[in-house]
Amino acid sequence: MRSYPYTRSDYESQRARTRLYICRAVVYAVLVFLTVLCLFSFYLLFVNSTRSNAQLQAGFRLTPQENFWTNLRNAWNDVSISIPIGLRNSFVIAILTGILTTYFSALTAFGIHAYDFKGRKFAYIFILAVMMIPPQVGAVGFVQIVYKLKLTNNYLPLILPSIAAPVVFFYMKQYMEAILPLEIVEAARCDGSNEFSTFNRIVLPIMRPALAVQLIFAFVGSWNNYFIPALLLDKLERKTVPIMIAQLRSADYSKFDMGKVYMFILLAILPVVIVYVFLSKFIVRGVQAGAIKG
Amino acid sequence: MSRQREQNNYLRRYRSISYAKWGYLFIAPFFIVYILCSLIPQFLTIYNSFFESYLDGLTQVGPNFVGFKNYVTLFTPDNNGVIGIFKYTSNTLVIWLLGAIPQFVIAMILALFFTSYRLNIRGQTFFKSVIYMPNLIMASAFAMLFFTLFSNVGPVNQMLIQLGILEKPFDFFRTRESVRLLIALMNFLMWFGNTTILFMSGIMGIDHELFESATIDGANSTQVFFRITLPLLMPIVVYVVITAMIGGLQMFDVPQVLTNRLGTPDRTAMTLVMYLNSYLTPSKNYGMSGAISVYLFAITALLSIIVYRSMIRQRSSR
Repeated sequence: MRSYPYTRSDYESQRARTRLYICRAVVYAVLVFLTVLCLFSFYLLFVNSTRSNAQLQAGFRLTPQENFWTNLRNAWNDVSISIPIGLRNSFVIAILTGILTTYFSALTAFGIHAYDFKGRKFAYIFILAVMMIPPQVGAVGFVQIVYKLKLTNNYLPLILPSIAAPVVFFYMKQYMEAILPLEIVEAARCDGSNEFSTFNRIVLPIMRPALAVQLIFAFVGSWNNYFIPALLLDKLERKTVPIMIAQLRSADYSKFDMGKVYMFILLAILPVVIVYVFLSKFIVRGVQAGAIKG
Repeated sequence: MSRQREQNNYLRRYRSISYAKWGYLFIAPFFIVYILCSLIPQFLTIYNSFFESYLDGLTQVGPNFVGFKNYVTLFTPDNNGVIGIFKYTSNTLVIWLLGAIPQFVIAMILALFFTSYRLNIRGQTFFKSVIYMPNLIMASAFAMLFFTLFSNVGPVNQMLIQLGILEKPFDFFRTRESVRLLIALMNFLMWFGNTTILFMSGIMGIDHELFESATIDGANSTQVFFRITLPLLMPIVVYVVITAMIGGLQMFDVPQVLTNRLGTPDRTAMTLVMYLNSYLTPSKNYGMSGAISVYLFAITALLSIIVYRSMIRQRSSR
């Protein structure tokens, strides 16, 4: 508190400060609103997964009830939609996809980054150019080939294509340009390291942060992938989670135990949410770093 | 002894001139897999579009060469005079725009909030994490969740009735507008956080002195945004708009699951890829689906060029 009379500039600066406070209040209100909008449907999902079918029919409610474990048991043991098998299948495909895509994208990026060879520039421009082609364009031909080779219900056609991921390659290449001096490669060479083991033992550890970010994104992308797997997997014991969720929609849901349905959805998204809760800072930073290419 | 050393020297020299082979070796897997899994399928898709080939029940029809017949079928009006493919193109674009316009506007506003030194927003990490999260959620599960939440016996209708806003449940899935708005809302929720982060890193890449000198010269924040931030951010805005549009034209999971692949009501929520998919299962109509893929590719390229041109021109005229 000042004891002397306010001067004009004091008055103005106080007005500016008040305006800033109002601005801030509005901004926080907007942010809180968007947070609620983002989380509300998932909160309802959680609440509804704790309620029995009868409780769900009885009306809307914002607080959890006591049937979480019952619903979990019912969903887990359901025969027509065997979610444990789906979770296992999705996990196997997603983890293999993640490993292949990060390893081979880094290898390709290293090949173009560290070696001088004829056609290097062409290879680089080629990969950048095909980055723009939407993957759905080749889907028809791809499905046809898989059917011809009788590889439906096999995971190979879902995993193998991830070796050639232009976007991941581009991220790795950017990262290498920023942090991988070629002197390291030369030094390894002088110490008698073979080029391949230089990559595995020296380059990969340096690339660890980029590999981790891309591993997560590739895992999540594959976990959520619906279009191609739905065309290629039709045996119950080979299906992935998104196919089972879609199946849930086409079943006559009015006869379903809705508590169980909510539990299925919760099980489908929970693994990713758990990973995200622990790694969100890291993931958001990864998205931000990927954007700087401009 | 000396002979061995000579051999070693020779080996070393041999290696030093042939490092190029490692380059070829390292990029080989990528190219082999790309050619097998993407390039050949792409050509095969185009090739297919000139053939008649489908399953009629259990009988395989074709493949017979039919020239442009599939394309003619694609652009032939049905009994009501509606050309299906155009209807689905406009559905896709309308639904995409309904979600994308708020997505870009809100993402830009949030990016400005987060990067403002004056506002100095706290808890940024938390807010960013929350708004980015829906991007990682399984789209088909998210759609199934919205279906259960908004169904006639779902919590949203129950809530509206309990609050006395509605007398009887509103059928969200029998009204064109509500289905489209729900799909747009889901797309918005899934993508605005991502766009915010992209815009933010763009704004943070701008030299901060520019803002300061503009403020000292007496520019207000609106002027700073339109005269400095936006023009300098334009490359990122163009990139974001075009990639979002390419993604929007591929829209599939959400409307497919939400409307149980029918695009109800009256196919007004059927998107291009849903239409493509309807020819693949169960009839394996490689001819028609090939033609739709070619159309999808063409329209994507065309719209990307139009958007790119118009945004770049706008920038230079300023």
